[in-house]
Amino acid sequence: MALATFKGGIHPPDKKELSKDKPISIVRPPKKVVIPLVQHIGAPCKLSVSIGQEVKKGDVIGASEGFVSAPVHASVSGKVVAIGEFPNAMGRMVISVVIENDGKEEWTTLKDNPDYMNLSPENLKEKIRDAGIVGMGGAAFPTHVKLSPPKEKPVDIVILNGAECEPYLTADYRLMIERPEEVVEGLKILMKVLGVSKGFIGIENNKPDAIEAMKKAVSKESNIQANIQIYPLEVKYPQGAEKMLIKAAAGREVPPRGLPMDVGVVVQNIGTAIAVYEAVRYGKPLIERIVTVTGEGIKNPKNLLVKIGTFVTDLIEECGGFTSEIAKVISGGPMMGFSLYSLDVPVTKGTSGILVLPEEGVVHAEDFGPCIRCGRCIDICPMGLMPSMLSVLSEKGFYEETKDYNLFDCFECGSCTYICPSRRPIVQLIRLAKSLVKP
Amino acid sequence: MAEIKKEHQLTVSVSPHVKSEETTSRIMWSVNLSLLPAALIGAYFFGPRAVFALTIAIITAVLCEHLYQRGMKSKITINDGSAFLTGLLVGLNLPPSVPFYIPVIGSFVAIVITKQLFGGLGFNVFNPAAAGRAFLLISFPKLMTIWKEPTAAFVQMDAKTTATPLGILKEEGIAKLMEVFGDKTNLYTELFMGHRAGSIGETSTLALLIGAAFLFYRGYISWHIPVSFMGTAAAMAWVFGGKGALFAGDPIIHLISGGMILGAFFMATDYVTCPSVKKGQLIFGAGCGFLTMLIRLKGGYPEGVMFAILIMNCFTPIIDRGFKTKVFGFKKPDSKETKK
Repeated sequence: MALATFKGGIHPPDKKELSKDKPISIVRPPKKVVIPLVQHIGAPCKLSVSIGQEVKKGDVIGASEGFVSAPVHASVSGKVVAIGEFPNAMGRMVISVVIENDGKEEWTTLKDNPDYMNLSPENLKEKIRDAGIVGMGGAAFPTHVKLSPPKEKPVDIVILNGAECEPYLTADYRLMIERPEEVVEGLKILMKVLGVSKGFIGIENNKPDAIEAMKKAVSKESNIQANIQIYPLEVKYPQGAEKMLIKAAAGREVPPRGLPMDVGVVVQNIGTAIAVYEAVRYGKPLIERIVTVTGEGIKNPKNLLVKIGTFVTDLIEECGGFTSEIAKVISGGPMMGFSLYSLDVPVTKGTSGILVLPEEGVVHAEDFGPCIRCGRCIDICPMGLMPSMLSVLSEKGFYEETKDYNLFDCFECGSCTYICPSRRPIVQLIRLAKSLVKP
Repeated sequence: MAEIKKEHQLTVSVSPHVKSEETTSRIMWSVNLSLLPAALIGAYFFGPRAVFALTIAIITAVLCEHLYQRGMKSKITINDGSAFLTGLLVGLNLPPSVPFYIPVIGSFVAIVITKQLFGGLGFNVFNPAAAGRAFLLISFPKLMTIWKEPTAAFVQMDAKTTATPLGILKEEGIAKLMEVFGDKTNLYTELFMGHRAGSIGETSTLALLIGAAFLFYRGYISWHIPVSFMGTAAAMAWVFGGKGALFAGDPIIHLISGGMILGAFFMATDYVTCPSVKKGQLIFGAGCGFLTMLIRLKGGYPEGVMFAILIMNCFTPIIDRGFKTKVFGFKKPDSKETKK
């Protein structure tokens, strides 16, 4: 049987062998953490601690204001030593809380709910919101917002995104291998909140053990087994992009500029599902996450359980440091992640990986040639765009004209730039055009 | 703000951070390589004069590109293999015994006038090699139509002058062609192997198909243009190619003679001058096939591949505009909704 997939896409070397067999390990507790109060898409949080205050793990340090927002919690126990603007991983100055770790690892009082499946959907959603859960695949959109579709857009499928199509990253893979039952519990909660009976888990076919583990975990749930399906997906980038995943697993096409809920689907990340389970079952807020630290430039690639606010420097140290002269450090995967300008920046809720590349692995963009109109980018664009035209128009300054070529349907997956034989910085030119014209 | 230590001088750039191995020059040199069998067969059948013409054409093309770019103070890109390829194609499209200035002029027109004056690689409207050949054919009609018998012996210098199979077909008809080649099987075999009069690199269908297979294998060309080009041409040859009656023509002769194989696989598929959307490429190929046969059957020249490609090059921009891709998830609005 042909595997479910979408039209287009590329096959970059996946490089997952560097870290895929490393079980999740806990990073040494950092001496201090810097926790930004904006880690999500949406309104910033309101500071709720003051300098000198003692906090415990799980205490709210930034309360969410407004609906599209998520609260931020202390990830260590200790003393608030500074509050101010600190650079985040993207180089923006963000109000952050600095906590000195007292090493006691004391938790605030958490509310246990062994009987969580009998809670009302509203109640469950409230717990998810209070735990500060956001999409952990990288975009960090508040999860409870995704779980609140308007009445006129009925949702009937929840899809868990286990594709992890970015090269190098193995965080979701490890979670599916090590904690498949919790993934299933998380999915059950998400399905209950949305009142749907169909749950899909899409996993790329290069992770047969993860598919096996998830199937086994689902088969244990006799009452819900029929409703949850595991979808092996063709190994192809960007198989884990929301729209591509929905097309592959549910056979539905999200309309241009539409949202998954327009076709009755909500997509959540594997890590998010576990966070949801922990929040609902144990009342545990989102204060730590799995980060894959990998790349040819790192001595011992690892999958780490990291407290939010830990510096990238600490993770690098935990993994034995660099192998040689390093040239680039990326937060996230190599296709859509962003490069760091400094290693003294904190891990946030959306940090899925830290990828260290030596000079040999870095492509310098200054040396690009003209578009030779080979059409490769057109053939592989998962959105059915014409990246070649967009790049040429933007390069020559015809920004308005880029809209005739559906500029704003591009989600910057980077496939065109990867494939381009002239090494044109197509995504960069598209971003330039996006910043200069109105949709 | 955190201090950036010297040993942590990090490269910061926009995603994606990895790229495929594919480069323009790798593609161009691969296409050059794929034309090697055809060039070797040409050298084998037509001797030192053919090698001489090919060499002059390539050297002139590369030199012209170098001098032009130096004169314009732009980046010199002769190593990307595209000027070499243009020169090679100009050479392969020449009759074997042309004097030395013919390839010089051909490559000059191809590189300077057709390619660089329009902006260089990626910006030219016409296929440079085809334009170079068209210029030569119109300017030197006599020299460009002296064809030599293939001799199959590299040492034999003075081959007899003859006509190409298409020339015979045009002037004297299929009966004469049969007389020259004996029977149909022999005719097909000779045409397929390349043992016939013609341009240096166009004669051997076998050698060209080996090269084309390599390009398919590497994914450098797709089936769209060759199939629609040759399919249309074959259909027209079959329907209109016979003497006196419809549906009596011989499509095979038309496919494996003249510059059909070279044109359909190596020249019409030129990235820069053909449409980049696959659907548009089907139209482009069909147009090439149609025009080729129109010229071969009704026009003044026995061969029409090169003119057909050049004419269809003019349509490339409008075809590209007419066949934009469909955006993911886009549906034509329902007729009900449009009525509202």
